[in-house]
Amino acid sequence: MADDAKDGGLVFHPMDQFIVKPLFGDGPVGMFTITNSTMWMALSILAVIALLVLGTRSRAIVPSRSQSVAELAYGFVYKMVEDIAGKDGVKYFPYIMTLFMFILFSNYLGLLPMAYTPTSHIAVTGVLAVAVFLAVTVLGFVKNGASFLSLFWVSSAPLALRPILALIEVISYFVRPVSHSIRLAGNMMAGHAVIKVFAAFAAVAAIAPLSVLAITAMYGLEMLVAGIQAYVFTILTCVYLKDALHPHH
Amino acid sequence: MADTPTEGAASAPGMPQLDFSTFPNQIFWLLVTLIVIYFVLSRIALPRIGSVLAERSGTITNDIAAAEDLKQKAVEAEEAYNKALADARSEAAKIVASTKADIQSEVDAAILEADAEIAARSAEGEKAIAAIRDSAQADAATVAKDIAKDIVAAVAPGKIDAKSITAAVTAKMKG
Repeated sequence: MADDAKDGGLVFHPMDQFIVKPLFGDGPVGMFTITNSTMWMALSILAVIALLVLGTRSRAIVPSRSQSVAELAYGFVYKMVEDIAGKDGVKYFPYIMTLFMFILFSNYLGLLPMAYTPTSHIAVTGVLAVAVFLAVTVLGFVKNGASFLSLFWVSSAPLALRPILALIEVISYFVRPVSHSIRLAGNMMAGHAVIKVFAAFAAVAAIAPLSVLAITAMYGLEMLVAGIQAYVFTILTCVYLKDALHPHH
Repeated sequence: MADTPTEGAASAPGMPQLDFSTFPNQIFWLLVTLIVIYFVLSRIALPRIGSVLAERSGTITNDIAAAEDLKQKAVEAEEAYNKALADARSEAAKIVASTKADIQSEVDAAILEADAEIAARSAEGEKAIAAIRDSAQADAATVAKDIAKDIVAAVAPGKIDAKSITAAVTAKMKG
């Protein structure tokens, strides 16, 4: 990354890893162009299939290792949906599982050296978050009708405070997709960029060992962050779903 | 970055994340990806895992029930064994008691017989003793009469007849 370290001209391109470029040829990125983003999304599909379909094909009562992991993932998300959104939220479990598995595998595959992380892009996380926001809002009105608006009317607060609280609640409701998407993309982007910056420093012999150590440490941290952010995104989705199903405080 | 790295010219447009020209592409492929994953999960993976988990919990429940059943059977078998043991014990005690009673009655019968024999023998003996005593008494009386007759004859011959002497001796011996 550093073209010419000797001249003191360390050249950093920490953001280049996020560039979306066509996989074949050099043309512009059209809507249906196969890009690096497409490829890594496809790889996450393959990883999901490998774990959840191929890993469970023996349907063993005593599970193999991969089946164990698949069951663990299933149980983890299923329990999360059931605990947070309640029994009636369980029928939305496949959607939430889809989100979780996609984000989890995008994050983890993105940690491979030279990889690209689809979830580091606000375009991707934004669509995910807006989809959740719209789905939950529509679901809330369909399930509860106008009484869904009681979500914003904090009946346990003193009457005088309620209009103010309602305003705050409405604002916070509409900020949800923003925080929901930027949290994930920001975490992914920041971690990868920091690793890249440390990698650039490794071109200077004097601080190379320190740099390698720092990369190792950051990589460990990113392993945590990749899992945690997938978990956070999913659990917030469950919380929003709970608000849609049971809007009364 | 204390070293104040010079910004590379290549990363010209700033964040690639804000390059809106790639947005339609990313959004399109994201939707494709999500739909594919959703169908894979909802058609194949999740029903399969769900059924495996349900089957497993069913198997575990059945096994636990079977184990409970076997345990119950073991308890019953133990109870039956204990009951058989107790029965055998009481039976043995009964046999011991009846045998003891038999022996006791035999012993009692033998004792009675022995007692009867002893009584008969002792009665016989007493009879013999009585006979011996009687004969001895009779002998003594005869001797006493003879001696008295002799003494009387020696002291006063012919004066007193033998009959009165015998009566006198008999009266004396009775007194």
